[in-house]
Parts: sequence; C-alpha cells; structure tokens
Amino acid sequence: MSVDRETVLRVARLARIALEEDRVDPMVTELNTILGWVEQLQEVDVREVAPLTSVVAQRLKMRDDEVTAGGDAAAVTANAPLVEDHFYVVPKVVE
Amino acid sequence: MNAPVKSSKYIRGESGDWEVVIGLEVHAQVVSKAKLFSGAATDFGAPPNSQVSFVDAAMPGMLPVINRRCVEQAIRTGLGLRAKINPVSVFDRKNYFYPDLPSGYQISQYKQPIVGEGEVIIDLPGGETATVGIERLHLEQDAGKSLHDQHADYSYVDLNRAGVALMEIVSRPDMRCADEAVAYLKKLRAILRYLGTCDGNMEEGSLRADVNVSVRRPGADLGTRCEIKNVNSLRFIAQAIEYEARRQIEIVEGGGTVKQETRLFDSRAGETRSMRSKEEAHDYRYFPDPDLLPLELDAAWIKAIAASLPELPDEKKARFIKDYGLSAYDAGVIVAERELADYYEVMARGADAKLAANWLNNEILGRLNKQGLSIGDCPVSAEANHAIIAMTSDGTISGKIAKDLLDIVWAEGGDPRTVVEARGLRQVTDTRAIEEAVERVIAANPDKVAQAKAKPKLAGWFVGQVMKETGGKANPQAVNAVLKARLELPEEG
Repeated sequence: MSVDRETVLRVARLARIALEEDRVDPMVTELNTILGWVEQLQEVDVREVAPLTSVVAQRLKMRDDEVTAGGDAAAVTANAPLVEDHFYVVPKVVE
Repeated sequence: MNAPVKSSKYIRGESGDWEVVIGLEVHAQVVSKAKLFSGAATDFGAPPNSQVSFVDAAMPGMLPVINRRCVEQAIRTGLGLRAKINPVSVFDRKNYFYPDLPSGYQISQYKQPIVGEGEVIIDLPGGETATVGIERLHLEQDAGKSLHDQHADYSYVDLNRAGVALMEIVSRPDMRCADEAVAYLKKLRAILRYLGTCDGNMEEGSLRADVNVSVRRPGADLGTRCEIKNVNSLRFIAQAIEYEARRQIEIVEGGGTVKQETRLFDSRAGETRSMRSKEEAHDYRYFPDPDLLPLELDAAWIKAIAASLPELPDEKKARFIKDYGLSAYDAGVIVAERELADYYEVMARGADAKLAANWLNNEILGRLNKQGLSIGDCPVSAEANHAIIAMTSDGTISGKIAKDLLDIVWAEGGDPRTVVEARGLRQVTDTRAIEEAVERVIAANPDKVAQAKAKPKLAGWFVGQVMKETGGKANPQAVNAVLKARLELPEEG
C-alpha cells in the first residue's frame, strides 16, 4: 500500500493540518516509507494471535454512576477566545 | 419480516407499483445520572455549560473512564430486544470537526458493538404483528448543542449534552410503509421505557430517528437509499417517508437515478431537502480509541441483568389476552405504556376485566387526551375507578350515572362510594318508583301514547323521558319492561 500526492492533501485537509506546498512531496515519501515498513510486518501470520491491547494484563476500568464533575461553567469556558452567558461563541457554522 | 407484504402497501406510480423499503437508525439517550465517560450530570435543560467536565471539554491530558451503569443499560436494552450480547466490544474514534465536538472525534463503537442481532415485534392495525430485525446496538457519546439564531455572525455552543451516553439502535430494512415504521418506533420506545433505559422523550431529543428510505419494483433488488435526518416526531416520520418515497418514484419514472445522500426533513414545508455537505464528510477515519481498553463483559453480570428484566410489552399483552380475556387490540393499547398497564391491573382486579378495559380506553383515556394529560397525571386513582366499575357491575349505579360519577370525582375528587350515597345516585331498580315515573310521563303526554301504539319505535322517546324523570338513576332495562307492559307494545322479536 502506498499514498499519492492527492491522498496526502485530502488526509491533511480532513485532519485540519496545514501542509505547506514544499512539504507535500517529502510527506508522500515519508508516509510511504512508514507504510512500506508496515507492509513488511504484514508478512507475519497473526491469524491465531489475539490483538494486544495492553502490555500488562488489565481490564477496562469503570466508574460508578455518580455526578462528580461539572457545575463550573466559568472554569470550562475560561480559555475560550469568546464567551457570552457561559456559551462558547464561535464563527457561524450553520450550513 | 415474517408476514408477507400486502400489495395494498405498494405505492402506485405512473408506470406501475412501487415498494418502499425503510430502515431506522434510532439514537436513544441512556438513562444515567452521569455521562458515558465523565462524572458530569445529564439533566435536561440546565444552564449552558454547567454540566461539563474537563473530559467533556476535551482539555489536554484528560482521560475517559466508562460509566458502569451506562454499560449495564446497553446490556439491559440488548436483552429486551432479544439480541446477542457481545462478550467483547471495542470503542473507536469517529473523526470529524464541528464546534460542538471539542475533541474532534466522537467515541463510538464501529466494528465490534456491544450488542448484535435482535428483533422487535411490531403491532399492526387489526391485531396483526410483524417482526423487524435489529442489526446492532452500540454505545456512543452525544455531541454538544449549537445555537445558530442568537447572533448574526456567531454560533453559540453549549456542551451540556456532549458526552451523554447514547445507544444507537440500527434496524434491518424490514419495513415497507410509513405505518410500519411508526409502529416500530412506538414499540421500540415502549420497550425502552419498560426497561427504564431511555425515557423516550422525543420533544427533549432523548429519542431521535434517522430514516433510510429507498424504492424498488416489488420483489426487485434494493434501490439506492437516502438517509433522512432530524425527524423528531412520529407524525413527521410518517410525513417524511411518504414525501421521500414519492420523490424517489418521480425521479426514477422520469428516467433519472436516485443519488445516495443525506437529506433533512423540513417539518414546516413537509418535505425533505438535500443537505449541502461536502463529499468527504463521511470519511470518518475510524480507529480503535487508544485511551480505552476493549469492553469485556462477565457472563455472570449479563445473567444477573437478564434476571432483573421486567415483564415486557409482548409478554404483558399475551397475559392480558389470556387472563383478562381482552382483544388483541385492547391489550395492545393498554400495554403501550407501563404506567397504563399497571393502572389497568389495579382497576381490573376482582372486577369485570373487559368492562374495565372499555372504561379505561374510552372514558379515562378519552378525558386524558382531551386535556392533554398522561396516565400519571390522571386526577382519579385506579382504585376509585375500580370502585366505579364494581358499582356498575353489581347494579348499584347505571352505566350513564357511572360516567356522571366519573365527571364528579374527576373535577372534585372524593371517594366514589361516598359520592354515590351523598348525592343519591343509586340506580332505581324498585319497580314501584319506576312505574310511578312512567305514569307521570304518560299522563303528561296522551298524544304521544296514541302515536306510540301505532309506531312502537316511539317507546324510545318514553324511555328517555322516564330516565329524565328519575334523574338518570332508573335501570334502563326495568324502564323498558314497565313501559312495554303499560303501553301494551309487542315484545321485540
């Protein structure tokens, strides 16, 4: 598997990453190097191996259904560039 | 679908019959105190951003920790849908950018959902049923809310809803007309409410449906589907389906092809419109969320949840038909809401069960609907109605007086038995009193007596007069008998 220029530009746009024009071709080369390496890994037969999701044997931790956070609108909006009546205010996004 | 499609469900186009194929994706908000991955509250209608934790606001370094109760609610719902519970499921990131999604991704389940295939039995007019397959149910986060009408140049974002647990329930494309889709959503809602896993409130957005619609020639391969978003009432779902099916039929009959797209239902115009979204909007680049380990469920936990399930609508309906002798239709109406079914059982215990069902469906629901109340707000208790029915059955009061009595206790409260005694509403079965009333009416209307002899149908007029004379308290059968004897009318064949 490999990516072309067009795919790199599309993925950058989807991820909202600004990619300077002179960085596009090097990015294509770098990504294809990584993909080539992954392709090499795919030669190993792992059909009988369960996916490794953690390096130590542990299970998903769960919380009890209790309200332990929130109640501070001023704190969560403190870093927002624009706030009104505790709403985040953003450039109009309606389609 | 186990029942064959009836040709009456086809839509007639210019060039012949068309079959509509419908599938629903329902988002049901999980009933829980806290959010799916944070400890912020989930109450509806709180002040903006007052129920937002640093996890929900996607502050750097914050990690999600799953709410056990939300997982339990998903399992409970899966069991209620007779579905397979997957012992291992995985949370993925669904990536897209929107201001009400601060992390830039929604935590959802993609390839390995918590619940697999199940089914919902839907109730159709005339007591028929049909089966709609469930493809899957998965857990995911809700997004925040954007308000676009507060300012000319800005949108306002409230993250209170961001991170609240949702169950996305995906049906198979098993429905063939708007009525079936509505019946499916009604039944699904009833099951969720019985289970206590979603409050089913469509006005507050606790239950939202996206509708997939396509058309084809009967028996042909599936056509291209359109997804209609934002349909937030049962009435609108029916309207949206009808409109969309006609739109697609017109396109195909006009020689065009239906374009697969997402459309929005405009309830004011009663039509669906194309959403102007970018082509790449659907490229969500899912990948397993590295912050969350797979969700592994113990068989013992699933078993314990299964043992705690309440009696569900289908089982209750079967029991009401069997134990109370109700028709499938009446039983279906009563079990639609758990509160209504509980109310009925109190009314019907030790009483005439069929009379109780008619009383509930006609008198009580009629009055509630007129006033826009639900059974929980009913001013007359089930016990009081039980007393009214019992007094009607044993002849203490007439059927007519029973309705008046209900009006009295509805408006003024009070114990029906006490009201009957205090206001002298007891039915007059004493023949002497009825005979006296008959004599008075006859004496006052000699002309009508002569007419009645020629036209026996006029006896009905006399019954009405005698009932009036006795303040509606006379037993109508007794009045009939006395009148017939007195006017020397022939017995009806």
